Amino acid sequence: MKWLTNFLTSSIGRKVIMSLTGLFLIAFLKVHLIGNLQLLVNDGGESFNTYAKFMTTNPLIKFISWGLYLLILLHAVVGIMIYLKNRKAKGVKYTGKQSADVTWASKNMALLGTLILAFILIHMGDFWWKMHNGVNVNLYEKVSTTFSNPIFVGFYVLAMIVLALHLWHGFKSAFQTLGLNHSKYNPIISFIGKAYSIIVPLAYAIIPIYFYFNR
Amino acid sequence: MKLDSKIPAGALGDKWTEYKSKMPLVAPNNKRRLDVIIVGTGLAGASAAATLGELGYNVKAFTFHDSPRRAHSIAAQGGINASKNYQNDGDSDFRLFYDTIKGGDYRSREANVHRLAEVSGDIIDQCVAQGVPFAREYGGLLDNRSFGGVQVSRTFYARGQTGQQLLIGAYQALSRQISLGKVTMYNRHEMMDLVMVDGKARGIITRNLLTGEIESHSAHCVILATGGYGNVFYLSTNAMNCNVSATWKAVKKGALMANPCFTQIHPTCIPVSGDYQSKLTLMSESLRNDGRIWVPKKKEDAVAIREGRKKGIDIAEDDRDYYLERRYPAFGNLVPRDVASRAAKTACDEGNGVAPTGLGVFLDFASAIDRYGKAEVHSKGLNASDTALITKLGTQVIEEKYGNLFEMYEKITGENPYTNPMKIYPAVHYTMGGLWVDYNLETNISGLFALGECNFSDHGANRLGASALMQGLADGYFVIPYTVGTFLSDEIRVPTIANDSPEFLKAEQEVKDRVNNLINNNGTESVESFHKRLGKIMWEYCGMSRNAAGLEKGREEIRKLRAEFHDNVYVPGTADDYNPELEKAVRVADFMEHGELMMLDALDRAESCGGHFREEYITDDGEALRRDAEFTYVAAWEWDDVQPILHKEELEFENVELKTRSYK
Amino acid sequence: MHQTKLEVMKIKLKVWRQKDNKSKGGFETYDVVANEHMSFLEMMDVLNESLINDRKEPVAFEHDCREGICGACSMVINGRPHGPSTGTTTCQLHMRHFKDGETIVVEPWRSRAFPLIKDLVINRSSFDHIIQAGGYVSVNTGQAPDGNAIPIDKDLASTAFDAAACIGCGACVAACPNGSAMLFTAAKVSHLNLMPQGKVEAYNRAKNMVDQMDKEGFGMCSNVGACEAECPKEISLEHIARLNRQYFSSIFSGG
Ligand SMILES: Cc1cc2nc3c(=O)[nH]c(=O)nc-3n(C[C@H](O)[C@H](O)[C@H](O)COP(=O)(O)OP(=O)(O)OC[C@H]3O[C@@H](n4cnc5c(N)ncnc54)[C@H](O)[C@@H]3O)c2cc1C
Ligand code: HEM
Ligand code: HEM
Ligand code: SF4
Ligand code: F3S
Ligand code: FES
Repeated sequence: MKWLTNFLTSSIGRKVIMSLTGLFLIAFLKVHLIGNLQLLVNDGGESFNTYAKFMTTNPLIKFISWGLYLLILLHAVVGIMIYLKNRKAKGVKYTGKQSADVTWASKNMALLGTLILAFILIHMGDFWWKMHNGVNVNLYEKVSTTFSNPIFVGFYVLAMIVLALHLWHGFKSAFQTLGLNHSKYNPIISFIGKAYSIIVPLAYAIIPIYFYFNR
Repeated sequence: MKLDSKIPAGALGDKWTEYKSKMPLVAPNNKRRLDVIIVGTGLAGASAAATLGELGYNVKAFTFHDSPRRAHSIAAQGGINASKNYQNDGDSDFRLFYDTIKGGDYRSREANVHRLAEVSGDIIDQCVAQGVPFAREYGGLLDNRSFGGVQVSRTFYARGQTGQQLLIGAYQALSRQISLGKVTMYNRHEMMDLVMVDGKARGIITRNLLTGEIESHSAHCVILATGGYGNVFYLSTNAMNCNVSATWKAVKKGALMANPCFTQIHPTCIPVSGDYQSKLTLMSESLRNDGRIWVPKKKEDAVAIREGRKKGIDIAEDDRDYYLERRYPAFGNLVPRDVASRAAKTACDEGNGVAPTGLGVFLDFASAIDRYGKAEVHSKGLNASDTALITKLGTQVIEEKYGNLFEMYEKITGENPYTNPMKIYPAVHYTMGGLWVDYNLETNISGLFALGECNFSDHGANRLGASALMQGLADGYFVIPYTVGTFLSDEIRVPTIANDSPEFLKAEQEVKDRVNNLINNNGTESVESFHKRLGKIMWEYCGMSRNAAGLEKGREEIRKLRAEFHDNVYVPGTADDYNPELEKAVRVADFMEHGELMMLDALDRAESCGGHFREEYITDDGEALRRDAEFTYVAAWEWDDVQPILHKEELEFENVELKTRSYK
Repeated sequence: MHQTKLEVMKIKLKVWRQKDNKSKGGFETYDVVANEHMSFLEMMDVLNESLINDRKEPVAFEHDCREGICGACSMVINGRPHGPSTGTTTCQLHMRHFKDGETIVVEPWRSRAFPLIKDLVINRSSFDHIIQAGGYVSVNTGQAPDGNAIPIDKDLASTAFDAAACIGCGACVAACPNGSAMLFTAAKVSHLNLMPQGKVEAYNRAKNMVDQMDKEGFGMCSNVGACEAECPKEISLEHIARLNRQYFSSIFSGG
């Protein structure tokens, strides 16, 4: 087993943890989004509440959820560790102002990630905590009241911009980390990554905006 | 002193094989007890260090660079020769041998050169096995190109970076030995002196360039592979840090310097653009395959171009003098390096130069673009009267062949060489002279060996393109591993050499004094300025053409300059610190003495041969006049500050007939 | 001698000066009169000559070949390793890429694995250590088969060459916000692992070289791509992906 711990503590090993957990989170985002889009179904919250009930009580889903929390934490913790090590490795920053043409996001993944973590904590405190500690909460109503508050709406929209930036670099980066870089397929990966990192956060952002203006 | 070249008996083609099979060997258990110092980790030094490490010797390798990978060998562009005959065009060891002897104007040793040809093929095999990415053909086999002065395609290459790829190969082999503990690598250590104990070379004194510490290193023998001394001219195509110091220190300890005046001036370099320049850039010789060299016929045109009022393309065809084609109709633009260089100088001396300084000639690709363009148009069945199309297609062909060189030219000059002819001028490039060595590559000092460009051995008075890399690797991979045994087999009972004997202590002290003298000199003139002045003297009197009066004058001026240097040089900083100015000062001091010896050697050699052109010795039509009856010898100089002493090694030619080179 | 008029440029140079690794460094500002034909290093020579004439210590910087191949020169110019031009080393950069009157900031490579020696000079021995960990083919002199014994696909050889073009300058590390040496290491591994000669030891090579890279204190690659953008030999990020793959193979195969 030494080979495994060696691998997981090597630079490339840690990167693989980031990449795999990141890709898992990307998959989660999609599933979560599909569930959340039911909020937009015009049935007074029926279908969404059924879905939410299922999601919080089904044992299999529960199991997967705890896995998810763990992976978020793992992604965050390893991400911060990488950041700290890299900051030390770089040492002094340059005074000269120009730089090569690379995305701002790629250089600020840890900042973006931390903001996302903060978002997730607040977000879960708001919805998940109540769901798990209250009795028979009408989650649809809860969501609806939250999104009637413009401060929350703004907060969610901003958070989605942060998420978009994280994904803009993260998606393609995850593939590169796994060694999937090929001049033939790169343009496709890159295209899907960009599409994903715009469409998914945008779709998320529409939900609070929709609620705010329609309720 | 009797110079014994130790050439083995036997037929030319059998000497090396027979010698190898009979020479004394050192058993593996004894190799472990023998220490070898190698100074220099360019192609010659790195290949030697790696191979001797593999064989089991304890090797200590030194370089003043921060890593072996930065040695000047890295800069070689064109390629490396080998008599593989992969092209089936009639190449053979003998032909490579013959071309090298002839190209060297019959001033090199037959036996050494033939051995070089014999091992040339092994070099390619070795490099391929190391992973050197040589150019390949579509079938996956190795590709070759042809180079100046020969009629076969025997040059192996790796794009325009052959030297880099070969050096990386040797460096990797060396790195492997370092990781195995067989070679101890001393980066940023400059050899400051050679130490002899009981008449044998037993160690060196080094300066740690980071801390200034002066250290003694001992070994059973010392191998120098410290490169050429082209920078004695200040401006050359050599890397900035190339210098003569290591070999010069050996000379001061009694080693002989052979043929120091044989320097190669490369015809196609980018001209000097201003006084601030300290380094010249080579444009590959391959350009002469398609470029035509010319200057304006009329002086007023030349002046107009120099002053920027006209451009090359403004000069009518009839007003151009394609002087190489005119003077050497048989070879035209493809005459050997020395001939092409001298012709350019003549054209500029007559006032027809085209660079702002007056020193430059055109290398023009317009004809080639037109020719290739027409061929393309024809083969593709396009409109043959569309000149724009012809130029476009022709330019594409040229770009494919020389694109990277054209780009380099444009980066440096800011001019587009596709539309305006390039400007070029000769520049110092390589030094054929070096430490005198025998067949074993051992100098006249017992236990001191010299490899690569720093010895004089294989190129006579002129080196053919792509042979320096071959020689460096031959020496390091395939010659010294055997011949070092001739010395070391007698040393197996000698215990580790102490590095604190009186000899070492004395040498250390001398080095410290020398360094302190420079640091404390507190003059007013910079090292750079002295180096520049030295270069001007060398170029003026010992450059492309030389004459007795000039050489005498040059020698005198150098001596004056040397005195002035030690009187008035200013070296900033301290001795116990990273101090590039101090490094430079140490080297320039040695260049001054070496430069004087070059003048003396050039004066002694009252003939014109190869890179050495004496104005007094020319044929009726102005070509070089070699004087075989009097000068078929190697001039090996023993240093003496008042009057260096000449020792001659007569050269015997048993297998080739001495002929006058003619390119008309 | 004829001399055409050269465009004179007045440059303000802000240069990092630091006596040695232990001292504290800082910027010094100098005025230099240059012309547009000079290379950047020639402009630095002019500065140094004038400093020496003023009996001050010249700015220490590394250089040797001055034609873009030895990898010695190493300056961060206005924040960019080797300056603003792509595919260019510091020594190949010319003043015509700057404007008259411009202020230029010159700094050393920054990375913990490249400790500073003096002014703009840094120590890149960590690269040598990475090579010593496995950047070679284990073949002794004299053991080689004929050079044409193994044909190698031309395109493959060409890709290997693209990687082999690395000059070991360290601009990739200098450019990387993480101080990572992945591009260098990947270039070296790719060069050998792509060719049949290097295949035998491919997995161990990848593993050992990456492990050494980690030990030297370089950062981890986040696939930022600044290295590729600043690399004077334009080494591609594809080599990093390849290195990752080979590293996995070395971990998950064999014993
Ligand atoms: C621009 C250019 C292009 C060339 N192109 C070709 C070509 O295409 N084909 C060809 O065959 N030849 C070519 N040559 C010539 C060829 O590159 C050199 O002759 C050859 O590489 C010399 O190798 P070397 O090992 O003898 O010395 P170098 O590579 O010069 O190495 C010298 C070594 O000695 C060390 N050293 C020197 N002095 C000391 C000291 N005092 N203390 C410690 N270390 C010291 C240096 O650090 C270095 O490691 C070219 C030369 C130039 C200038
Ligand atoms: C739903 C939320 C998230 C998703 C979808 C996501 C996705 C990704 C992806 C795909 C990558 C690229 C991995 C790679 O380069 O191989 C990545 C990198 C990164 N993430 Fe996240 N992430 C999320 C949340 C977070 C959080 C909460 C943090 C930390 C606090 C974080 C910190 C980082 C960091 C620092 C990196 C860069 C790692 C590196 O240097 O390579 N991310 N993320
Ligand atoms: C605006 C859009 C969003 C809405 C309306 C929303 C809504 C909800 C609701 C109602 C819950 C609790 C129900 C449940 O446990 O399934 C929940 C849980 C959660 N949300 Fe969201 N969410 C949104 C965006 C996001 C985003 C962008 C992320 C990630 C970055 C995220 C991460 C989570 C997580 C991790 C949980 C806990 C999941 C679980 O327990 O399975 N959500 N969300
Ligand atoms: S990869 Fe590029 S930037 Fe990095 S060391 Fe090699 S040549 Fe320099
Ligand atoms: S910039 Fe750095 S993060 Fe990776 S892709 Fe290049 S090494
Ligand atoms: S000085 Fe050699 S690459 Fe710049």
